[in-house]
Amino acid sequence: MPKLVPVNQTRVTFLSRSVNEGYARAVLAAFLTQLDPTVPQLADIKTAVSEAVTNCIVHAYPGTLGPVQMDITLFEGGVVRVVVRDRGVGIEDVARAMEPLYTTGDPEERAGLGFAVMQSFMDSVRVASRPGHGTRVTLVRQLERRA
Amino acid sequence: MAKVHFVAAPGTLTAYLTGEIDHHAAQALRREIDAQVDIRLPELLTLDFAGVTFMDSSGVGLILGRSRRIGALGGQLTIQSAPTNVRRMLDLAHIHYV
Repeated sequence: MPKLVPVNQTRVTFLSRSVNEGYARAVLAAFLTQLDPTVPQLADIKTAVSEAVTNCIVHAYPGTLGPVQMDITLFEGGVVRVVVRDRGVGIEDVARAMEPLYTTGDPEERAGLGFAVMQSFMDSVRVASRPGHGTRVTLVRQLERRA
Repeated sequence: MAKVHFVAAPGTLTAYLTGEIDHHAAQALRREIDAQVDIRLPELLTLDFAGVTFMDSSGVGLILGRSRRIGALGGQLTIQSAPTNVRRMLDLAHIHYV
């Protein structure tokens, strides 16, 4: 793969309040309009980012609030990279957390599908976490050219 | 922002969902649906997704949670009118719809 050349970038930081899940999707959609994505492509990326942001809000700061940062970078050739990070409790066992149906949330109400959705809707999903320091999720998707 | 309105008939309750269903919205929707179910005790609870413009896996959690709850009360849950984006999420969760 040739070296990716960034053409545009934005960063937002917000508190880990659940109302900001919609805010993060709105920022993403607004920033991606410059690429003129198809409706299904935009829906995929919005869904994956919604999952990543929701993970921060549900898991990163138990019983309190903290910052969630989202960086969106557009590269030449229609490659979109979204990095969602928090400074929360981190994940002890990333491989286990990424297993479908695994959740440390309320098993009656949380499906445990967040990472499965991200992997299904994006080309690549990377998770880096340090317990006690936070978690960084990197999502990449190549937009196909319109026919 | 998501909303729900209800149509009840003898033995059935249909919840018409509209808007964006994420973790934030699911919390309020859950409370509203459960309150109606507790009052009406339907044999069949139908969730209608025709007006849903966005749904992430929180919607799956909402469906599974309601299914367990109505099942514990001796009833059943069905899903209807799921648009493509909702259907993709249901497929991923292996939830069957008619």
